[in-house]
Amino acid sequence: MALPNKPMGELPAVANPEIAEHECDVLIVGGGMAACGTAFEIKKWAPADMKITLVDKASLERSGAVAQGLSAINTYIGENPIENYVKMVRNDLMGVVREDLIYDLGRHVDDSVHLFEEWGLPIWKISEDGSNLDGSKPAPKLTEGGKPVRTGKWQIMINGESYKCIVAEPAKTALGEENCLERIFIVKLLLDKNTPNKIAGAVGFSTRENKVHVFKCKTMMVACGGAVNIFRPRSTGEGKGRAWYPVWNAGSTYTMCAQVGATLTMMENRFTPARFKDGYGPVGAWFLLFKAKVQNGLGEFYANTDAVKDELGKFMPYGASAVTPTCLRNHLMIEELKAGRGPIYMATDVALNAFLDDARAAGKDEKEVKKFWKHLESEAWEDFLDMSVGQAGLWAGMNIEPEKTGSEIMPTEPYMLGSHSGCCGIWVSGPDEDWVPTIDGPRSHQYKWGYNRMTTVDGLFTAGDGVGASGHKFSSGSHAEGRMCAKQMVKYCRDNAGYTPELKQTAQELADEIYAPVKLYLEHVGKSTAADVNPNYCKPAGLMMRLMKATDEYGGGVATYYMTSGKLLNICLDLLEMMREDAELMAAGDLHELMRCWENYHRIWCVETHIRHIEFRKESRYPGFYYRSDFPTVDDENWKAFVNSTFDPETKEWKCEKVPCVNIIETDPWI
Amino acid sequence: MYICPNDLMVLNKEAMLAYNQEPDACWECYSCVKICPQGAIYVRGYNDFVPMGGQVHPMRSSDSIMWTVKFRNGNMKRFKFPIRTTAEGAANAYPDLKGDNLDNELLSTQKELPSPDPAKMAK
Repeated sequence: MALPNKPMGELPAVANPEIAEHECDVLIVGGGMAACGTAFEIKKWAPADMKITLVDKASLERSGAVAQGLSAINTYIGENPIENYVKMVRNDLMGVVREDLIYDLGRHVDDSVHLFEEWGLPIWKISEDGSNLDGSKPAPKLTEGGKPVRTGKWQIMINGESYKCIVAEPAKTALGEENCLERIFIVKLLLDKNTPNKIAGAVGFSTRENKVHVFKCKTMMVACGGAVNIFRPRSTGEGKGRAWYPVWNAGSTYTMCAQVGATLTMMENRFTPARFKDGYGPVGAWFLLFKAKVQNGLGEFYANTDAVKDELGKFMPYGASAVTPTCLRNHLMIEELKAGRGPIYMATDVALNAFLDDARAAGKDEKEVKKFWKHLESEAWEDFLDMSVGQAGLWAGMNIEPEKTGSEIMPTEPYMLGSHSGCCGIWVSGPDEDWVPTIDGPRSHQYKWGYNRMTTVDGLFTAGDGVGASGHKFSSGSHAEGRMCAKQMVKYCRDNAGYTPELKQTAQELADEIYAPVKLYLEHVGKSTAADVNPNYCKPAGLMMRLMKATDEYGGGVATYYMTSGKLLNICLDLLEMMREDAELMAAGDLHELMRCWENYHRIWCVETHIRHIEFRKESRYPGFYYRSDFPTVDDENWKAFVNSTFDPETKEWKCEKVPCVNIIETDPWI
Repeated sequence: MYICPNDLMVLNKEAMLAYNQEPDACWECYSCVKICPQGAIYVRGYNDFVPMGGQVHPMRSSDSIMWTVKFRNGNMKRFKFPIRTTAEGAANAYPDLKGDNLDNELLSTQKELPSPDPAKMAK
């Protein structure tokens, strides 16, 4: 436990914080599903004297994207061939993915799901009479042949309010509570002084006391989620926090790894999920479990019309799949909206009443139908209450009962992530096995270089949202991937036993850099009458709005229906350059604000990589996520390739390159 | 107070009551509401799109959670869902489990691992 939180202003930041220096063999940065996987797994492989430390910005029990809970586990392979999982992910992400990483994930993920169930996560089962049992009812476990309630091919339903608490508990026990440091925000990774391209440590600060923490380590796993509040959200007031992905994910994973030279991949990819408007409640269960359909403003169920089939025909082979890729589903919705046929409704009323009609047609009397309805209604509300309480609150405030009226859905502002239906992230080594292709060239072109999930920087690993070109991991896959990193980091330590990390900067130099926003604040605060308005500094809240305005207007946000162009992107890059410079003028009056300063700094950097990649890729790979007006089509002939980028920490230069994409799993049949 | 993933909830020491110091950075994840031993935290929906009067409130125990949903028009609904099938603290961390070969891809609880079926690999 860290210290209790303090009200704004009660704990002013000081110019010269205390400095704590730590040494360990393995540093785990993050506290979400991936980091919990690493924490659970690592001691099974580590020698007894290996020092392992986990550092979390929040508190492990409710940290990361699963903090609120989930109503489904979206990746459970079960009875499916893993090859089919690869095909599904490849098609959903428009062909440009690392099939080695996806296959590898697919062969590990179920093991984590089985642990979750053993640890106490309630997983819905199908009873002998075919009805759905919630996860607390007596039923065989998955490992005992219990049948999960499948909504799609890969998803299973859970009672997941406490999912994260359940997963965090054995992670903390396994690692030892004394090795889990909470409320410390790592903001910068550090390279070794003596050997190029080798990780040596990290630096961060406490959000609860004036203290900078400097870590030295031999190897490190960074998994701090994706990036949120990087484009102007549809709600810009209080509802700014009702982001679809967790609002505390600030792109730290991508920025921190890129800054030490880790190659990034597919940063042009983004995710703009179509969700219930404003509340951002999940739609998966409505589509898959309740078989609901979307209706346009004219009342038409537009999804299966000939016009739609013709439109999908423009995006072959991707459009031909029985499950249309997520971006193309968005594309169809956007076409309706742009044609003035909005708003789009999820016809919850039609779907739920169809179940009741079926029950009546099957001979159930009204009493039985009523009982069945209670169960169905409870399932419908649980879907929100488990993972998106704010949506339930919106329904309550709007007097919406889903059986009586449909609810509007709409594509959100863009997010960056690598574990959901998106695939931006860091270029990593695949498993060191024969079936993984051997490719000549630098690491930024290769598929394997000895340590699975190691980035192009020696000793630096990542998982979950951090790993690029390998989406559809979701919660379970992120946990499994964190476990893979654990074993590889122990192996790396064994193979580099003689390595003693040494930092380039002194602890004091680092502390001064981390606390620069505080020093700036203290130097200038008296020069204006309002602490937040000052010609010598900007506050993080304002800079964040500036970032979101620039990306929205020039980078293909909701303002332009996700349309951008080379011209607009270059304007965006110019604006970002000035923002990056001005980020050094951010000021923090207290520790909470210092956290916001560094989060913004991470946001600005990671958005810049996003815009650079979109600019470099001269096509529109993800129609429905973004469009380039100057290259409006999917161009497989020229661009069925990765875009990888590397920042050189010495020269401070970016290099973007096109990297061939290899199919490992058969392409005929494509699905 | 301690639990907020975004570090928002703080204590006003004079009133001895907690408040949200940055409402527009709140995800409404309800972690604070669920864990508060006094049940003292209530959430009012985002004021830029949620009409007034609705209320969603949980009571979480060690194995289930009970939700009360009050609508703007006064209607009420209650739901109870399981959250955990084991006792708190009972999750097995496998403290004594040791893997035996660092040089393959098996995780500690795995016995075998497939590789892609050659018949299904790209030619």
